[in-house]
Amino acid sequence: MNLLEIQHRMLDAVMQPLTNDEQMQPHTRDGRSMHDVAAEFIKPNDRLSSFERLEIYNRQYWFRVLASLDEDFRGLRAIIGPRRFEALCKAYLIECPSGSFTLRNLGSRLEWWLRSHPEHLQPRAGLALDMVRLEWAEIEAFDGAAESALVPGDVLASDPDPRFRLQPYLQLLSFHYAVDDLLVAIRKDDSDSEMASNAVSERRKRNHLRKVARQKPQAIFLVVHRIDDSVYFKRIESEAFKFLKALREGKSLSIAVMQAFEGRDIQENKLLATVQGWFENWSSLGWFCAPYSTDQDFISASGRQS
Amino acid sequence: MPANPFNGFTDFGVGIGLRVPHYQHILSEKPVVDWFEIISENYMVDGGRPLHVLDQILERYRVVQHGVSMYFGSHEPPNREHLKRLKALVKRTKAPWLTDHLCWGSVDGTYTHDLLPMPYTFEAARLTAQKIREVRDFLEIPIAVENVSSYAEFHVSEMTEWEFLTEVVELADCGILLDVNNIYVSSRNHNFNPHDYVNSVPAERVAQIHIAGHSKFEKYILDTHDHPVVDPVWELYARAIERAGRTATLLEWDDKIPSFEEVHNEALKANQFVADMAVTS
Repeated sequence: MNLLEIQHRMLDAVMQPLTNDEQMQPHTRDGRSMHDVAAEFIKPNDRLSSFERLEIYNRQYWFRVLASLDEDFRGLRAIIGPRRFEALCKAYLIECPSGSFTLRNLGSRLEWWLRSHPEHLQPRAGLALDMVRLEWAEIEAFDGAAESALVPGDVLASDPDPRFRLQPYLQLLSFHYAVDDLLVAIRKDDSDSEMASNAVSERRKRNHLRKVARQKPQAIFLVVHRIDDSVYFKRIESEAFKFLKALREGKSLSIAVMQAFEGRDIQENKLLATVQGWFENWSSLGWFCAPYSTDQDFISASGRQS
Repeated sequence: MPANPFNGFTDFGVGIGLRVPHYQHILSEKPVVDWFEIISENYMVDGGRPLHVLDQILERYRVVQHGVSMYFGSHEPPNREHLKRLKALVKRTKAPWLTDHLCWGSVDGTYTHDLLPMPYTFEAARLTAQKIREVRDFLEIPIAVENVSSYAEFHVSEMTEWEFLTEVVELADCGILLDVNNIYVSSRNHNFNPHDYVNSVPAERVAQIHIAGHSKFEKYILDTHDHPVVDPVWELYARAIERAGRTATLLEWDDKIPSFEEVHNEALKANQFVADMAVTS
Protein backbone atom coordinates (compact mmCIF):
# COMPACT_ATOMS: atom_id res chain seq x y z
CA MET A 1 0.00 0.00 0.00
CA ASN A 2 1.56 3.32 -1.01
CA LEU A 3 1.36 6.68 0.72
CA LEU A 4 -1.61 7.97 -1.25
CA GLU A 5 -3.62 4.79 -0.68
CA ILE A 6 -2.95 4.92 3.06
CA GLN A 7 -3.95 8.57 3.23
CA HIS A 8 -7.19 7.96 1.31
CA ARG A 9 -8.13 5.04 3.54
CA MET A 10 -7.30 6.81 6.75
CA LEU A 11 -9.05 10.02 5.73
CA ASP A 12 -12.21 8.08 4.81
CA ALA A 13 -12.22 6.35 8.18
CA VAL A 14 -11.33 9.40 10.23
CA MET A 15 -14.04 11.55 8.61
CA GLN A 16 -16.79 8.96 8.91
CA PRO A 17 -19.27 10.11 11.58
CA LEU A 18 -19.11 8.52 15.04
CA THR A 19 -21.90 6.38 16.44
CA ASN A 20 -24.38 7.94 18.82
CA ASP A 21 -22.21 6.89 21.76
CA GLU A 22 -19.16 8.47 20.14
CA GLN A 23 -17.46 5.30 18.96
CA MET A 24 -16.12 4.55 15.51
CA GLN A 25 -18.64 3.02 13.15
CA PRO A 26 -18.38 -0.79 12.89
CA HIS A 27 -18.71 -0.58 9.11
CA THR A 28 -17.34 1.65 6.38
CA ARG A 29 -19.64 3.63 4.10
CA ASP A 30 -19.51 0.83 1.54
CA GLY A 31 -20.44 -1.79 4.13
CA ARG A 32 -17.05 -3.35 4.88
CA SER A 33 -16.05 -4.27 8.41
CA MET A 34 -14.14 -1.33 9.88
CA HIS A 35 -12.14 -3.83 11.98
CA ASP A 36 -10.95 -5.50 8.76
CA VAL A 37 -10.23 -2.21 7.05
CA ALA A 38 -8.23 -0.89 10.00
CA ALA A 39 -6.29 -4.14 10.34
CA GLU A 40 -5.22 -3.93 6.71
CA PHE A 41 -3.07 -0.87 7.25
CA ILE A 42 -2.73 -0.18 10.99
CA LYS A 43 -0.75 -2.35 13.38
CA PRO A 44 -2.33 -3.38 16.66
CA ASN A 45 -0.25 -3.25 19.85
CA ASP A 46 -0.46 -5.09 23.18
CA ARG A 47 -3.21 -2.75 24.45
CA LEU A 48 -5.13 -1.53 21.41
CA SER A 49 -6.48 -3.20 18.30
CA SER A 50 -6.03 -1.61 14.88
CA PHE A 51 -9.66 -0.49 15.11
CA GLU A 52 -9.10 1.20 18.48
CA ARG A 53 -5.99 3.01 17.30
CA LEU A 54 -7.79 4.35 14.26
CA GLU A 55 -10.74 5.28 16.44
CA ILE A 56 -8.57 7.72 18.43
CA TYR A 57 -8.11 9.78 15.29
CA ASN A 58 -11.75 9.38 14.25
CA ARG A 59 -12.90 10.78 17.59
CA GLN A 60 -10.33 13.58 17.63
CA TYR A 61 -11.48 14.71 14.21
CA TRP A 62 -15.15 14.93 15.10
CA PHE A 63 -14.58 16.46 18.51
CA ARG A 64 -12.39 19.16 16.95
CA VAL A 65 -14.61 20.16 14.03
CA LEU A 66 -17.84 20.03 16.04
CA ALA A 67 -16.27 22.15 18.78
CA SER A 68 -15.20 24.68 16.17
CA LEU A 69 -18.72 25.07 14.74
CA ASP A 70 -20.18 25.09 18.23
CA GLU A 71 -17.98 28.03 19.13
CA ASP A 72 -18.76 29.94 15.94
CA PHE A 73 -22.54 29.43 15.79
CA ARG A 74 -23.85 29.71 19.36
CA GLY A 75 -26.84 31.70 18.17
CA LEU A 76 -27.94 29.05 15.69
CA ARG A 77 -27.50 26.40 18.36
CA ALA A 78 -29.74 28.33 20.73
CA ILE A 79 -32.45 28.70 18.07
CA ILE A 80 -32.70 25.07 17.01
CA GLY A 81 -31.48 23.44 20.23
CA PRO A 82 -28.18 21.66 20.94
CA ARG A 83 -29.18 18.19 19.73
CA ARG A 84 -30.53 19.34 16.41
CA PHE A 85 -27.55 21.66 16.07
CA GLU A 86 -25.15 18.75 16.46
CA ALA A 87 -27.07 16.71 13.89
CA LEU A 88 -27.02 19.69 11.51
CA CYS A 89 -23.26 20.16 11.96
CA LYS A 90 -22.57 16.49 11.29
CA ALA A 91 -24.69 16.54 8.14
CA TYR A 92 -23.01 19.76 6.99
CA LEU A 93 -19.50 18.44 7.60
CA ILE A 94 -20.21 15.21 5.74
CA GLU A 95 -21.21 17.18 2.66
CA CYS A 96 -18.91 20.14 3.18
CA PRO A 97 -15.73 19.00 4.93
CA SER A 98 -13.06 21.59 5.49
CA GLY A 99 -11.39 22.79 2.32
CA SER A 100 -9.24 25.36 4.06
CA PHE A 101 -5.98 25.23 6.01
CA THR A 102 -7.68 27.08 8.84
CA LEU A 103 -10.65 26.12 11.02
CA ARG A 104 -11.71 29.76 10.88
CA ASN A 105 -13.29 29.01 7.50
CA LEU A 106 -15.11 25.84 8.55
CA GLY A 107 -18.51 27.55 8.60
CA SER A 108 -18.00 29.55 5.42
CA ARG A 109 -20.43 27.41 3.41
CA LEU A 110 -22.98 26.83 6.15
CA GLU A 111 -25.53 29.40 4.98
CA TRP A 112 -25.24 28.17 1.40
CA TRP A 113 -25.65 24.55 2.52
CA LEU A 114 -28.58 25.32 4.80
CA ARG A 115 -30.51 26.97 1.98
CA SER A 116 -30.73 23.58 0.33
CA HIS A 117 -31.34 21.75 3.66
CA PRO A 118 -34.02 23.84 5.40
CA GLU A 119 -35.34 20.73 7.14
CA HIS A 120 -32.61 21.22 9.73
CA LEU A 121 -34.02 24.64 10.64
CA GLN A 122 -37.78 24.10 10.74
CA PRO A 123 -39.98 25.56 12.07
CA ARG A 124 -37.82 28.69 12.47
CA ALA A 125 -35.90 28.53 9.20
CA GLY A 126 -36.06 32.26 8.46
CA LEU A 127 -34.84 33.20 11.92
CA ALA A 128 -32.13 30.55 11.88
CA LEU A 129 -30.83 31.60 8.47
CA ASP A 130 -30.68 35.22 9.59
CA MET A 131 -28.67 34.10 12.61
CA VAL A 132 -26.20 32.08 10.54
CA ARG A 133 -25.61 35.08 8.30
CA LEU A 134 -25.04 37.32 11.29
CA GLU A 135 -22.63 34.90 12.97
CA TRP A 136 -20.60 34.44 9.81
CA ALA A 137 -20.54 38.21 9.23
CA GLU A 138 -19.13 38.61 12.71
CA ILE A 139 -16.26 36.26 11.87
CA GLU A 140 -15.56 38.21 8.70
CA ALA A 141 -15.71 41.55 10.49
CA PHE A 142 -13.43 40.37 13.29
CA ASP A 143 -10.34 39.75 11.18
CA GLY A 144 -11.17 41.39 7.86
CA ALA A 145 -8.75 43.85 6.30
CA ALA A 146 -8.75 47.48 7.39
CA GLU A 147 -7.31 50.39 5.50
CA SER A 148 -6.42 53.90 6.59
CA ALA A 149 -9.63 55.63 7.54
CA LEU A 150 -10.87 58.71 5.78
CA VAL A 151 -10.84 61.15 8.67
CA PRO A 152 -13.31 64.01 9.10
CA GLY A 153 -12.02 66.95 7.12
CA ASP A 154 -10.59 64.86 4.30
CA VAL A 155 -11.93 65.92 0.91
CA LEU A 156 -11.79 64.50 -2.54
CA ALA A 157 -10.36 67.61 -4.10
CA SER A 158 -11.05 67.43 -7.80
CA ASP A 159 -14.00 65.08 -8.06
CA PRO A 160 -17.44 66.69 -7.83
CA ASP A 161 -19.04 63.27 -7.55
CA PRO A 162 -16.59 61.09 -5.61
CA ARG A 163 -16.79 57.37 -4.99
CA PHE A 164 -16.32 56.60 -1.34
CA ARG A 165 -14.95 53.25 -0.33
CA LEU A 166 -16.02 51.32 2.72
CA GLN A 167 -13.62 49.48 4.99
CA PRO A 168 -13.23 45.91 3.73
CA TYR A 169 -14.13 44.48 7.14
CA LEU A 170 -17.53 46.23 7.18
CA GLN A 171 -20.47 43.83 6.75
CA LEU A 172 -23.84 45.11 5.50
CA LEU A 173 -26.81 42.88 6.24
CA SER A 174 -30.57 43.01 6.02
CA PHE A 175 -32.63 40.65 8.16
CA HIS A 176 -36.21 39.54 8.65
CA TYR A 177 -35.72 39.19 12.41
CA ALA A 178 -33.93 41.13 15.13
CA VAL A 179 -31.17 38.55 15.36
CA ASP A 180 -28.68 41.15 16.62
CA ASP A 181 -30.62 41.61 19.85
CA LEU A 182 -31.27 37.89 20.08
CA LEU A 183 -27.59 37.01 19.75
CA VAL A 184 -26.59 39.54 22.38
CA ALA A 185 -29.24 38.11 24.72
CA ILE A 186 -28.13 34.54 24.07
CA ARG A 187 -24.53 35.42 24.81
CA LYS A 188 -25.52 37.17 28.00
CA ASP A 189 -27.42 34.09 29.15
CA ASP A 190 -24.44 31.89 28.26
CA SER A 191 -22.03 34.20 30.03
CA ASP A 192 -24.20 34.45 33.16
CA SER A 193 -24.28 30.70 33.46
CA GLU A 194 -20.74 29.89 32.40
CA MET A 195 -19.90 28.35 35.75
CA ALA A 196 -23.40 27.15 36.27
CA SER A 197 -24.90 23.99 37.67
CA ASN A 198 -27.09 21.72 35.56
CA ALA A 199 -30.17 23.42 36.93
CA VAL A 200 -28.93 26.80 35.75
CA SER A 201 -28.03 25.36 32.37
CA GLU A 202 -31.57 24.09 32.03
CA ARG A 203 -32.86 27.52 32.93
CA ARG A 204 -30.57 29.01 30.30
CA LYS A 205 -31.99 26.63 27.71
CA ARG A 206 -35.52 27.64 28.65
CA ASN A 207 -34.50 31.32 28.47
CA HIS A 208 -33.17 30.76 24.98
CA LEU A 209 -36.34 29.00 23.90
CA ARG A 210 -38.54 31.78 25.27
CA LYS A 211 -36.48 34.45 23.53
CA VAL A 212 -36.58 32.55 20.26
CA ALA A 213 -40.34 31.99 20.53
CA ARG A 214 -40.89 35.71 21.05
CA GLN A 215 -39.18 36.63 17.78
CA LYS A 216 -41.56 38.25 15.32
CA PRO A 217 -40.64 39.21 11.76
CA GLN A 218 -39.36 42.75 11.30
CA ALA A 219 -37.08 44.38 8.78
CA ILE A 220 -33.65 45.05 10.26
CA PHE A 221 -30.74 46.74 8.53
CA LEU A 222 -27.44 46.16 10.23
CA VAL A 223 -23.79 47.06 9.90
CA VAL A 224 -21.36 44.69 11.59
CA HIS A 225 -18.29 46.80 12.23
CA ARG A 226 -15.20 47.04 14.37
CA ILE A 227 -13.92 49.53 16.90
CA ASP A 228 -10.60 48.95 18.66
CA ASP A 229 -10.56 45.34 17.48
CA SER A 230 -13.97 44.55 18.97
CA VAL A 231 -16.95 43.74 16.75
CA TYR A 232 -20.18 45.71 17.16
CA PHE A 233 -23.64 45.72 15.59
CA LYS A 234 -25.16 49.01 14.46
CA ARG A 235 -28.69 49.25 13.15
CA ILE A 236 -29.34 51.74 10.40
CA GLU A 237 -32.37 52.93 8.46
CA SER A 238 -33.30 51.32 5.16
CA GLU A 239 -32.17 54.45 3.23
CA ALA A 240 -28.81 54.37 4.93
CA PHE A 241 -28.49 50.68 4.11
CA LYS A 242 -29.25 51.29 0.43
CA PHE A 243 -26.79 54.16 0.42
CA LEU A 244 -23.98 52.06 1.90
CA LYS A 245 -24.76 49.14 -0.42
CA ALA A 246 -24.45 51.48 -3.38
CA LEU A 247 -21.10 52.81 -2.16
CA ARG A 248 -19.87 49.26 -1.61
CA GLU A 249 -20.84 48.49 -5.22
CA GLY A 250 -18.63 51.36 -6.35
CA LYS A 251 -21.41 53.81 -7.17
CA SER A 252 -20.67 57.52 -7.02
CA LEU A 253 -22.03 59.70 -4.25
CA SER A 254 -24.84 61.17 -6.35
CA ILE A 255 -26.01 57.75 -7.57
CA ALA A 256 -25.83 56.34 -4.05
CA VAL A 257 -28.00 59.18 -2.79
CA MET A 258 -30.44 58.68 -5.64
CA GLN A 259 -30.73 54.94 -4.95
CA ALA A 260 -31.07 55.47 -1.22
CA PHE A 261 -34.00 57.88 -1.54
CA GLU A 262 -35.61 56.47 -4.66
CA GLY A 263 -39.37 56.84 -4.46
CA ARG A 264 -39.14 59.07 -1.40
CA ASP A 265 -40.53 62.56 -1.49
CA ILE A 266 -38.01 64.46 0.58
CA GLN A 267 -36.93 68.08 0.59
CA GLU A 268 -33.44 68.70 -0.69
CA ASN A 269 -32.21 70.45 2.43
CA LYS A 270 -33.49 67.62 4.60
CA LEU A 271 -31.88 65.07 2.31
CA LEU A 272 -28.55 66.90 2.47
CA ALA A 273 -28.74 67.15 6.24
CA THR A 274 -29.48 63.42 6.48
CA VAL A 275 -26.56 62.43 4.27
CA GLN A 276 -24.25 64.85 6.06
CA GLY A 277 -25.30 63.35 9.38
CA TRP A 278 -24.54 59.87 8.10
CA PHE A 279 -21.11 60.93 6.94
CA GLU A 280 -20.25 62.59 10.21
CA ASN A 281 -21.35 59.57 12.18
CA TRP A 282 -19.81 56.92 9.96
CA SER A 283 -16.57 58.82 9.48
CA SER A 284 -16.16 59.01 13.23
CA LEU A 285 -16.52 55.22 13.28
CA GLY A 286 -13.82 54.88 10.61
CA TRP A 287 -16.08 53.23 8.04
CA PHE A 288 -14.65 55.03 5.00
CA CYS A 289 -11.26 54.55 3.46
CA ALA A 290 -9.35 56.20 0.63
CA PRO A 291 -10.76 55.64 -2.88
CA TYR A 292 -9.34 53.15 -5.38
CA SER A 293 -9.12 55.73 -8.13
CA THR A 294 -5.67 56.97 -9.02
CA ASP A 295 -6.86 59.58 -11.47
CA GLN A 296 -8.14 61.92 -8.83
CA ASP A 297 -6.33 63.92 -6.24
CA PHE A 298 -6.96 62.91 -2.68
CA ILE A 299 -6.12 65.65 -0.27
CA SER A 300 -6.52 65.31 3.43
CA ALA A 301 -7.28 67.96 5.98
CA SER A 302 -3.66 67.73 7.07
CA GLY A 303 -2.47 68.28 3.51
CA ARG A 304 -1.23 64.80 2.63
CA GLN A 305 -1.71 63.85 -0.98
CA SER A 306 -1.74 60.58 -2.79
CA MET B 1 28.10 30.72 18.84
CA PRO B 2 25.52 28.42 17.28
CA ALA B 3 25.47 25.00 18.83
CA ASN B 4 25.18 23.42 15.39
CA PRO B 5 24.78 24.40 11.72
CA PHE B 6 20.97 24.47 11.94
CA ASN B 7 20.91 26.21 15.25
CA GLY B 8 21.93 29.81 14.83
CA PHE B 9 19.57 30.68 17.62
CA THR B 10 21.46 29.57 20.71
CA ASP B 11 20.78 32.88 22.41
CA PHE B 12 17.01 32.55 22.05
CA GLY B 13 16.77 30.82 25.41
CA VAL B 14 13.36 29.70 26.66
CA GLY B 15 10.11 30.91 25.16
CA ILE B 16 6.43 30.20 25.49
CA GLY B 17 3.53 30.03 23.08
CA LEU B 18 1.62 33.28 22.57
CA ARG B 19 -1.96 32.49 23.55
CA VAL B 20 -5.11 34.62 23.64
CA PRO B 21 -5.78 34.35 27.41
CA HIS B 22 -2.36 35.93 28.05
CA TYR B 23 -2.67 38.83 25.60
CA GLN B 24 -3.82 41.39 28.13
CA HIS B 25 -1.20 40.45 30.71
CA ILE B 26 1.65 40.54 28.19
CA LEU B 27 0.60 43.86 26.66
CA SER B 28 -0.01 45.60 29.97
CA GLU B 29 2.70 44.06 32.19
CA LYS B 30 5.35 43.62 29.49
CA PRO B 31 6.99 40.67 31.23
CA VAL B 32 10.54 39.68 30.32
CA VAL B 33 10.26 36.69 28.00
CA ASP B 34 13.05 35.38 25.79
CA TRP B 35 10.71 34.84 22.83
CA PHE B 36 7.23 33.87 21.79
CA GLU B 37 6.11 31.18 19.40
CA ILE B 38 2.94 31.92 17.45
CA ILE B 39 0.69 29.46 15.69
CA SER B 40 1.06 30.84 12.17
CA GLU B 41 -2.47 30.01 11.05
CA ASN B 42 -3.97 32.16 13.81
CA TYR B 43 -2.35 35.23 12.29
CA MET B 44 -2.74 34.46 8.59
CA VAL B 45 -5.71 36.80 8.45
CA ASP B 46 -6.28 40.16 6.78
CA GLY B 47 -6.59 42.35 9.86
CA GLY B 48 -8.26 42.90 13.19
CA ARG B 49 -7.20 41.98 16.67
CA PRO B 50 -4.88 39.05 15.85
CA LEU B 51 -2.57 41.20 13.73
CA HIS B 52 -2.91 44.25 15.97
CA VAL B 53 -1.80 42.24 19.00
CA LEU B 54 0.96 40.56 17.00
CA ASP B 55 2.33 43.94 15.89
CA GLN B 56 2.47 45.10 19.48
CA ILE B 57 4.23 41.89 20.50
CA LEU B 58 6.73 42.30 17.67
CA GLU B 59 7.67 45.76 18.93
CA ARG B 60 9.05 44.23 22.12
CA TYR B 61 9.68 40.52 21.62
CA ARG B 62 11.23 38.03 19.24
CA VAL B 63 8.70 35.80 17.55
CA VAL B 64 9.06 32.43 15.83
CA GLN B 65 6.31 30.93 13.70
CA HIS B 66 5.00 27.43 14.24
CA GLY B 67 2.52 26.01 11.75
CA VAL B 68 -0.07 23.29 12.15
CA SER B 69 -1.38 22.74 8.63
CA MET B 70 1.39 22.75 6.05
CA TYR B 71 1.17 18.94 6.07
CA PHE B 72 4.56 18.25 4.54
CA GLY B 73 3.61 14.56 4.36
CA SER B 74 0.32 14.96 2.50
CA HIS B 75 0.40 13.47 -0.98
CA GLU B 76 -0.57 16.72 -2.67
CA PRO B 77 1.25 19.90 -3.57
CA PRO B 78 1.38 22.75 -1.07
CA ASN B 79 -1.68 24.97 -0.99
CA ARG B 80 -0.67 28.16 -2.82
CA GLU B 81 -3.05 30.40 -0.89
CA HIS B 82 -1.61 29.01 2.33
CA LEU B 83 1.94 29.65 1.15
CA LYS B 84 1.19 33.20 0.06
CA ARG B 85 -0.40 34.08 3.37
CA LEU B 86 2.40 32.38 5.27
CA LYS B 87 5.03 34.32 3.36
CA ALA B 88 3.26 37.59 4.11
CA LEU B 89 3.29 36.69 7.78
CA VAL B 90 6.97 35.77 7.68
CA LYS B 91 7.69 39.22 6.27
CA ARG B 92 5.69 40.76 9.07
CA THR B 93 7.28 38.80 11.93
CA LYS B 94 10.80 38.60 10.46
CA ALA B 95 10.93 35.19 12.13
CA PRO B 96 14.45 33.74 11.86
CA TRP B 97 13.15 30.25 11.20
CA LEU B 98 9.82 28.51 10.73
CA THR B 99 8.53 25.18 11.94
CA ASP B 100 5.72 22.77 11.08
CA HIS B 101 5.03 19.11 11.64
CA LEU B 102 6.31 15.94 10.06
CA CYS B 103 2.86 14.60 9.37
CA TRP B 104 -0.01 14.68 6.92
CA GLY B 105 -3.58 15.88 7.33
CA SER B 106 -5.21 16.56 3.99
CA VAL B 107 -6.10 14.67 0.82
CA ASP B 108 -7.19 16.32 -2.42
CA GLY B 109 -7.79 19.61 -0.64
CA THR B 110 -9.90 18.15 2.17
CA TYR B 111 -8.48 19.03 5.58
CA THR B 112 -8.74 17.03 8.80
CA HIS B 113 -7.10 19.72 10.97
CA ASP B 114 -5.22 16.94 12.72
CA LEU B 115 -1.58 15.89 12.74
CA LEU B 116 -1.86 12.43 11.24
CA PRO B 117 1.06 10.00 11.44
CA MET B 118 3.29 9.11 8.52
CA PRO B 119 4.01 5.61 7.32
CA TYR B 120 7.77 5.35 7.72
CA THR B 121 8.61 4.40 4.15
CA PHE B 122 11.30 5.61 1.77
CA GLU B 123 8.58 6.72 -0.66
CA ALA B 124 6.99 8.92 2.02
CA ALA B 125 10.38 10.29 3.06
CA ARG B 126 11.23 11.31 -0.52
CA LEU B 127 7.89 12.97 -1.11
CA THR B 128 7.95 14.77 2.22
CA ALA B 129 11.49 16.03 1.76
CA GLN B 130 10.64 17.32 -1.69
CA LYS B 131 7.72 19.25 -0.31
CA ILE B 132 9.80 20.74 2.50
CA ARG B 133 12.30 21.95 -0.11
CA GLU B 134 9.51 23.48 -2.22
CA VAL B 135 8.06 25.31 0.76
CA ARG B 136 11.47 26.53 1.91
CA ASP B 137 12.31 27.79 -1.57
CA PHE B 138 9.03 29.70 -1.75
CA LEU B 139 9.21 31.14 1.75
CA GLU B 140 12.94 31.81 1.69
CA ILE B 141 13.36 30.97 5.36
CA PRO B 142 15.04 28.05 7.20
CA ILE B 143 12.58 25.30 8.09
CA ALA B 144 12.64 22.81 10.93
CA VAL B 145 10.19 19.90 11.09
CA GLU B 146 8.66 18.61 14.29
CA ASN B 147 8.15 14.98 15.24
CA VAL B 148 4.48 14.45 16.22
CA SER B 149 2.81 12.38 18.90
CA SER B 150 1.14 9.37 17.36
CA TYR B 151 -1.38 6.73 18.29
CA ALA B 152 -1.11 4.43 15.30
CA GLU B 153 1.63 2.64 13.36
CA PHE B 154 1.44 1.27 9.84
CA HIS B 155 2.20 -2.22 8.56
CA VAL B 156 4.08 -0.76 5.61
CA SER B 157 6.65 1.10 7.70
CA GLU B 158 10.20 0.22 6.70
CA MET B 159 12.06 1.96 9.52
CA THR B 160 11.68 3.46 12.98
CA GLU B 161 10.26 6.91 13.47
CA TRP B 162 13.66 8.40 14.29
CA GLU B 163 15.17 6.77 11.21
CA PHE B 164 12.34 8.27 9.15
CA LEU B 165 12.87 11.70 10.68
CA THR B 166 16.58 11.46 9.91
CA GLU B 167 15.92 10.32 6.35
CA VAL B 168 13.55 13.22 5.72
CA VAL B 169 15.72 15.98 7.19
CA GLU B 170 18.83 14.68 5.41
CA LEU B 171 17.01 14.56 2.06
CA ALA B 172 15.44 17.98 2.63
CA ASP B 173 18.55 19.38 4.27
CA CYS B 174 16.43 21.04 6.91
CA GLY B 175 16.40 21.37 10.68
CA ILE B 176 14.55 19.46 13.37
CA LEU B 177 12.14 20.82 15.94
CA LEU B 178 12.62 18.07 18.47
CA ASP B 179 9.52 17.68 20.63
CA VAL B 180 10.68 15.60 23.57
CA ASN B 181 7.15 15.33 24.96
CA ASN B 182 5.98 13.89 21.66
CA ILE B 183 8.83 11.40 21.76
CA TYR B 184 7.75 10.35 25.25
CA VAL B 185 4.07 10.09 24.29
CA SER B 186 4.82 8.02 21.20
CA SER B 187 7.28 5.83 23.10
CA ARG B 188 4.56 4.89 25.57
CA ASN B 189 2.01 4.34 22.82
CA HIS B 190 4.33 2.25 20.67
CA ASN B 191 6.56 0.57 23.24
CA PHE B 192 9.99 1.92 22.40
CA ASN B 193 12.72 3.45 24.53
CA PRO B 194 12.48 7.25 24.14
CA HIS B 195 16.20 7.60 24.86
CA ASP B 196 16.94 5.51 21.76
CA TYR B 197 15.07 8.19 19.82
CA VAL B 198 16.86 11.15 21.37
CA ASN B 199 20.21 9.42 21.04
CA SER B 200 19.64 8.64 17.38
CA VAL B 201 18.44 11.89 15.84
CA PRO B 202 21.11 13.92 14.05
CA ALA B 203 21.91 16.36 16.84
CA GLU B 204 23.57 18.76 14.46
CA ARG B 205 20.17 19.43 12.87
CA VAL B 206 18.22 20.22 16.04
CA ALA B 207 17.19 23.84 15.66
CA GLN B 208 14.56 24.03 18.38
CA ILE B 209 13.09 21.91 21.17
CA HIS B 210 9.50 21.66 22.38
CA ILE B 211 8.50 20.63 25.87
CA ALA B 212 4.90 20.09 27.01
CA GLY B 213 2.56 18.11 29.20
CA HIS B 214 0.19 15.32 28.24
CA SER B 215 -2.75 13.27 29.53
CA LYS B 216 -2.68 9.60 30.49
CA PHE B 217 -5.56 7.32 29.65
CA GLU B 218 -5.98 3.67 30.48
CA LYS B 219 -4.47 2.30 27.28
CA TYR B 220 -2.63 5.22 25.76
CA ILE B 221 -1.25 8.72 26.31
CA LEU B 222 -2.69 11.73 24.53
CA ASP B 223 -0.67 14.81 23.63
CA THR B 224 -2.97 17.41 25.19
CA HIS B 225 -0.62 20.26 26.17
CA ASP B 226 -2.69 20.86 29.28
CA HIS B 227 -0.36 19.81 32.09
CA PRO B 228 3.10 20.65 33.42
CA VAL B 229 6.06 18.79 31.97
CA VAL B 230 6.63 15.40 33.63
CA ASP B 231 10.04 14.28 34.93
CA PRO B 232 10.70 11.67 32.21
CA VAL B 233 10.22 14.40 29.60
CA TRP B 234 12.63 16.68 31.44
CA GLU B 235 15.14 13.82 31.39
CA LEU B 236 14.74 13.57 27.63
CA TYR B 237 15.18 17.33 27.41
CA ALA B 238 18.41 17.15 29.41
CA ARG B 239 19.74 14.48 27.08
CA ALA B 240 18.65 16.41 24.00
CA ILE B 241 20.54 19.57 24.97
CA GLU B 242 23.48 17.47 26.06
CA ARG B 243 23.66 16.21 22.48
CA ALA B 244 22.51 19.28 20.54
CA GLY B 245 23.94 21.98 22.76
CA ARG B 246 22.08 24.98 24.04
CA THR B 247 18.99 25.21 21.86
CA ALA B 248 15.98 27.50 21.56
CA THR B 249 13.39 25.85 23.78
CA LEU B 250 9.66 26.38 23.97
CA LEU B 251 6.93 25.23 26.35
CA GLU B 252 3.58 24.46 24.72
CA TRP B 253 0.46 24.89 26.85
CA ASP B 254 -2.68 25.00 24.71
CA ASP B 255 -5.60 23.78 26.79
CA LYS B 256 -6.80 24.58 30.32
CA ILE B 257 -4.30 27.40 30.09
CA PRO B 258 -3.25 28.68 33.54
CA SER B 259 -1.95 32.16 34.34
CA PHE B 260 0.89 33.64 32.36
CA GLU B 261 3.23 33.33 35.37
CA GLU B 262 2.46 29.67 35.82
CA VAL B 263 3.15 28.88 32.19
CA HIS B 264 6.29 30.99 32.09
CA ASN B 265 7.65 29.55 35.34
CA GLU B 266 7.11 26.04 34.03
CA ALA B 267 9.04 26.95 30.88
CA LEU B 268 11.88 28.54 32.82
CA LYS B 269 12.57 25.24 34.56
CA ALA B 270 14.40 24.41 31.35
CA ASN B 271 17.11 26.89 32.31
CA GLN B 272 18.15 24.66 35.19
CA PHE B 273 18.93 21.86 32.77
CA VAL B 274 20.94 24.26 30.62
CA ALA B 275 22.87 25.35 33.71
CA ASP B 276 23.45 21.75 34.76
CA MET B 277 24.75 20.99 31.28
CA ALA B 278 27.16 23.93 31.51
CA VAL B 279 28.48 22.69 34.86
CA THR B 280 29.04 19.12 33.70
CA SER B 281 30.56 19.99 30.34
